[in-house]
Amino acid sequence: MDLVIDLLSWFLILVGGAFGIIGGIGLLRLPDFFSRIHAASLTDSMCAPCIIGGLMLQSGLSLVTVKLAFLLVFLFLTSPTASHALAKAALHGGLHPGARHPSAGEPPANGGHEAADGAQG
Amino acid sequence: MIIAAILAIMVTMALAVTRALLGKTVYDRILAVNVFGTKTVLLIAALAFLTGRPDVLDIALAYALINFIGVIAVLRYFEYGGPEEDLR
Amino acid sequence: MNSKPLNFALMGLALLAIWLLLSGLYKPVLLTFAVLSVLLTLWLSARMGVIDAEHHPVWAVARYLPYWPWLSVEIVKSSLDVARRVLSPAMPISPTVFEVDASQHTTMGRVVYANSITLTPGTVTLALDGSRLTVHALSSDTIDYLLSGEMDRRVTRAEGQRAGNEPEPPSR
Repeated sequence: MDLVIDLLSWFLILVGGAFGIIGGIGLLRLPDFFSRIHAASLTDSMCAPCIIGGLMLQSGLSLVTVKLAFLLVFLFLTSPTASHALAKAALHGGLHPGARHPSAGEPPANGGHEAADGAQG
Repeated sequence: MIIAAILAIMVTMALAVTRALLGKTVYDRILAVNVFGTKTVLLIAALAFLTGRPDVLDIALAYALINFIGVIAVLRYFEYGGPEEDLR
Repeated sequence: MNSKPLNFALMGLALLAIWLLLSGLYKPVLLTFAVLSVLLTLWLSARMGVIDAEHHPVWAVARYLPYWPWLSVEIVKSSLDVARRVLSPAMPISPTVFEVDASQHTTMGRVVYANSITLTPGTVTLALDGSRLTVHALSSDTIDYLLSGEMDRRVTRAEGQRAGNEPEPPSR
């Protein structure tokens, strides 16, 4: 049983590390800011939980596990908030996010304020 | 094996720093710094296991808080009243 | 079920549990500090008016607990998809902006939905305006998935559970 938990924990840590590196490569390779957010979200929501989960399996049932769980919950609550704040700030700053899907209704004239108006019209 | 995790995290950090230096827009740089900060938290947690000193995890928790608040504060600064010429 | 003193007591207990778990030291002096800091936090939250039925973390955790396992699976699936796109030499991406409707009736539910979209790699919520979400997707393939509304329905269902302290969701 110990061996299974050990293997699972190493597997999680390796997967987490691999996704971190993939996210880093994406951060460099992807062509524009809004695509790079997706690479960052790959490292935030895949790499961090896997590595912390692996470390939790390593530490067994103790206060260390509880602290790691707090860390995990905290990262899970803050990372989408930070991503969203970044995307919103970039829209305000006048970056263009890319093509619009037909389902989006009227395209905005420019920037973020107009997107909200288009939704109501 | 913890060493492998630490190496992977450090490679990711190096890639993030490269993006922060290449930049183009200020938002790219903030994004890269945010990724760097999250990876720092993971690095501290992994180091706590490598050195066998779990107390260090408290620092990781504090760093996660500071990283989030720092990113939000910098964004506020650039969204409302940062230097205009840096925005693009 | 949802009186003010009960919410405060639950909040205080949760804060005290967090303190005890994080400190791991159980000496009388430190326990006194724990109680004092919990009381200070409760007083500050009461002044800010942030403890009520909708924002209470204990209820929120209980309500959205069944939703987490499904979201985790979705995160893994879309992570693999984004990783494939990033690593393939041709980089088959087509960044697109589109809008979806959120059918949740509480602010908390909409925030959970918007955050779920952001948390899933490949999609980021750009703006939340009323019940309309503006979403940026890495590729136009992921759009159909979100427009099919499965995540939306699941968040609404999770929100509707334990609805004793909230108005009934409108029937759709």
